[in-house]
Order: sequence, then C-alpha cells, then structure tokens
Amino acid sequence: MGMTMTQKILAAHAGLEKVEAGQLISAKLDIVLGNDITTPVAVREFEKAGFDRVFDRDKVVIVLDHFVPNKDIKAAQQSKTCREFACTHCVSHFYDVGKMGIEHALLPEQGIVTAGDCIIGADSHTCTYGALGAFSTGVGSTDMAAGMAAGTAWFKVPSAIRFNLTGQLAPNCSGKDVILTIIGRIGVDGALYKSMEFTGSGVRTLSMDDRLCICNMAIEAGAKNGIFPVDAVTMAYLEGRSKRKPVVFAADEDAAYEKVIEINLSEIVPVVAKPHLPENTCPAAALHDIRIDQVVIGSCTNGRLEDMEAAWRILNGKKIADGVRCIIIPGTMQILRECVERGWYTAFIDAGAVVSTPTCGPCLGGYMGVLAEGERCISTTNRNFVGRMGHTRSEVYLASPQTAAASALAGYICEAE
Amino acid sequence: MYTQGKAFKYADNVDTDVIIPARYLNTPDAKELSLHCMEDIDADFVKRVSKGDVIVAGWNFGCGSSREHAPLVIKTCGTGCVIAKSFARIFYRNAINIGLPILECEQAAAEIGAGDEVKVNFDTGEIKDLTTGKSYQAQPFPQFIQHIITSGGLLNSLKESSTMKESYTKDV
Repeated sequence: MGMTMTQKILAAHAGLEKVEAGQLISAKLDIVLGNDITTPVAVREFEKAGFDRVFDRDKVVIVLDHFVPNKDIKAAQQSKTCREFACTHCVSHFYDVGKMGIEHALLPEQGIVTAGDCIIGADSHTCTYGALGAFSTGVGSTDMAAGMAAGTAWFKVPSAIRFNLTGQLAPNCSGKDVILTIIGRIGVDGALYKSMEFTGSGVRTLSMDDRLCICNMAIEAGAKNGIFPVDAVTMAYLEGRSKRKPVVFAADEDAAYEKVIEINLSEIVPVVAKPHLPENTCPAAALHDIRIDQVVIGSCTNGRLEDMEAAWRILNGKKIADGVRCIIIPGTMQILRECVERGWYTAFIDAGAVVSTPTCGPCLGGYMGVLAEGERCISTTNRNFVGRMGHTRSEVYLASPQTAAASALAGYICEAE
Repeated sequence: MYTQGKAFKYADNVDTDVIIPARYLNTPDAKELSLHCMEDIDADFVKRVSKGDVIVAGWNFGCGSSREHAPLVIKTCGTGCVIAKSFARIFYRNAINIGLPILECEQAAAEIGAGDEVKVNFDTGEIKDLTTGKSYQAQPFPQFIQHIITSGGLLNSLKESSTMKESYTKDV
C-alpha cells in the first residue's frame, strides 16, 4: 500500500523509507512559528527548561499580529517579550509593526514557507501552508518551545480523507464557499486527527489565494492538515518568492484513504455558517431576513489580495447600508500597499468602510471591532463560537468576501450577484 | 496516581474560546487567566470547582484555537482530569505537553451525571462513578506519550532523550 502526500513528506522528514497511519515519528522541522499570544508562553517554557539557544535562527519565525499595534499595556508587554527573545537569539524572521502581516498571509507571501516543508506553528491556522504542498500543522506553545530547541517534533502519522474536486467555481463563489460547504457536510470533527488531501481536475481552476483559504480552515473540520498537490499554479506562485528550493512530493497512486468525498465546484453556491459552529452552513440566499450590524473583511482566512479585490469590485462606487459598520483589514503591509496603489483604499473609504492595518484583532474578539450584546456580524473570518467576536450574546456569520461585501451594501445577509 | 472529585458536565464541541476567551489573552500568567476558566459557558465554574474535580464532556472537546492557555487554566483551577468522548487534536497534544490528565471514554462521558463523585485511576485508566457505582475503562496512553507524562512534560522528556542531547549539545 502506498503513502498519501502528507505521509511522504513526514517520512522524508523522519528519515524513513515508509510510514503508515498511526505510527509515532519524530520529524525534522523546516519552520517553527509563533505569534504575540503564543510565543510568550513558549519563551517561558523554553527558558524554564534551561535552553539557551534556538536550533537554527533562520528557521524560527515570530510574527506580532494578534494584538498589534498593541491594544493595551499587557499586550504591549507580551510583544516586548517576543521582541527581546527574537533579539537575544538573532531570529532572522521576526516581524514587528510596520513590516508584519497576519502570519498566515505573510509567510507564503514572503516565501518563508515552501513546497515539501514540514512546519509547526503555535497557531491553529498554521495548516494554511498545505496550499503550497507542505505539511503544516498547528501546535501549542510547549511544542513551539521544543521545536525551537531541538528542531524536531513528534507526530502521529495521520490517515487521510481525499476530496476529489471537479468542475469550476461560479464567479460569485470562492475558496471560502468550498471549505464552508465541506465543513457543513462532514462536521467540525469530520476530519479529526486526519489529513484533508485535495485532488482532482478542479484543483487547477483554483487560485493560490483560494487554496490558502481552503487549507486555512482544515482545522475547523478538526483536521491535522490540509494539502494540495504541487502544480503549475503552485510553481508560478513560488517562483521568485520562495527563499528555499521547493521540493515536490506527490501521493502514491495506490495510497490508502479512509474515504473519498466528491466535490463538484460547479455546484457550489455562496454559503454562510450560522452561529455558533462553522458546520452550521446554509445558502446565503436563505438568510435574507438576517439584518447585520457589522461586516469584517480580512483575517488569515480572507485577507489576501484577491479577497480585497473581490470586496472592491462589489463596494466600488456604492454606499454601505445605514447602520452597518464595515471593517476591512488587508492581511499584510504589502497587500495594504497594493490596496492604496490600486485605488481600492479610497474606494473603500468612499463606500463608508474603515480600513485597518493588518491585525487578527476582531476575529478573536481582541479589538478593532468587538461586538456588543445582541449585535450581529457577517465576517470572512474562521470561527463563530459563542463570544468569539465579543459579547457571549453576539452573533457571527461566516462567509466569503463576496458575500460579506454584498451584505454590507444590503444591510442584511445576501449573496453577490 | 488518581484524582477524585465531583463532575462538571458539558456538551459536544466545547471550544477553546469558551474555555478561556481571547479577550483575556493579553497575559501569559496562568493564575490570572484561570479566574476566567469556562466563563462564557459556565460563569460559576471557577467559584464551584475544587481541587481534584473532573470535567466530563462530549465529542471534540477543546476544538478551535491552539492556545495552550486552555488546558493550562483547566489545570490551574485545580481540575484533576478531563474525560470526553473525543478531544480536538491540538488540545490533546497541549494537555499531554503541560501535564493535564485527559481520558477518552465514550460511555463514561455519556453516563456520568453532573455533580456525581468520580474517581479516576491514571495508571489503569479506570473511571469510577462513586455516586452510581458504575465503572468504566478508558483507553490507556501509548507508551511514547506515557513517557512524556512521566518525565513531567514534553520539554523534560526531550532533554532526557539522546537525540535531543545530540542536537542540543552539538552547537553549545
């Protein structure tokens, strides 16, 4: 029996010819990532255990993105801890205010992660980089500390579910509608401990931004990782960007999958996940009676250039509905700059939106758009749990940038035309 | 090793945002964070929990964020153990890494009632509901994971292992 794409990457990094599902391995890491929330805990554990240097200063990445520019004194203290650690250990990839971005938008953009990598990050959405053909998974701060010290991590080799994508998305749909549809179908633990491997003729029709969005939310189905095969779209994206040479792995033809799920992209419609779980999906068209107070377009799920363009196409020359606050957050400084240069920033302001510098802020109820009791938000973020964006009696509806922007104009949830 | 205490019962998909809301994550201090443990689904939890008590929940406990603060606040509150039908994978990893005992046992998670007195033996995986008199057997940990637990967490086990010594001392 052959290996899945994920198993092949893990075998190569464990120095083994072959691995199988359920096997416990120790794998070498290409990148160890942390942010301003998880790194301080990792630093404490790292120092408490008596380590005094990181395994490779070029392979540790620290991004301040959750609460920066700092929202309060305590958050500032956490950033300071990260900054001092990065300085002490001469961490090459340390991203502070002014050059930071939301980590999972920033690392692919800057070519820090590449095809064939084995990556851990102390952030659950680290699974995003599977879009580039890497094995990448979220861990906690202690795993980050161990990874920084040893350059290795233990894994239980996952089994996989194969998603066979066919057809092509309609213009008013995006990768977000694909992943929400999948989570709606298999549930929030439908891929628990497993890989989600995306294959099929439909893959080549998906842009890199779509793929990054799809892999980003693999964790919302409980998955260990999501992964796409490396094709011409991947190589074009990595060209001139990747700081290291990409290594291409492909699943064996006789790889074992727990099941195969067919997804016809042509049949996908704009969907929304209702409170309080990402699996509570239904077509946006069925929610026209849901009035909204706030719209958020951004995050590690949907803060990329194509997401900004999708919002601009819908908002340009129009006015956001009375009583609706629309917050747009480009994912990185480079994307923000593109928005300025292309005139989108001005179009957003003219439409009545507010544009922030990159931050995770509102997605997790940190700042920059916290909801009051009874308020309702449609958001391109990734979680709609109780209290996720503010008050425990506020509501978050998850959607694509197209659906969120169209809803901002209407004042109620609706799909883009 | 064992724990004994009363059961706090929760449903499926208890996420890390309700275990410790992100609005409090501007500090890594476990004591301060633990004052808000489970606040968004059970405002009285912190007041009612005593040392050794047990959290009993359904499927996919700890889903969502990778924040290690979640198992850390549960442990810091004095909770002796979490029993669930299943755990989200990052929470599972984090709990082991920081030394919070967790057990997967579908039947125990279904049948133990809120407030029941529960005794859990970590060495054998036996869960006993002293209120009803029923016993349950949880899956024991694989040896590799038991090693992490007996070493006192991941970093200690790493320092003990020879591969670690090799890679760590090489550059020092």
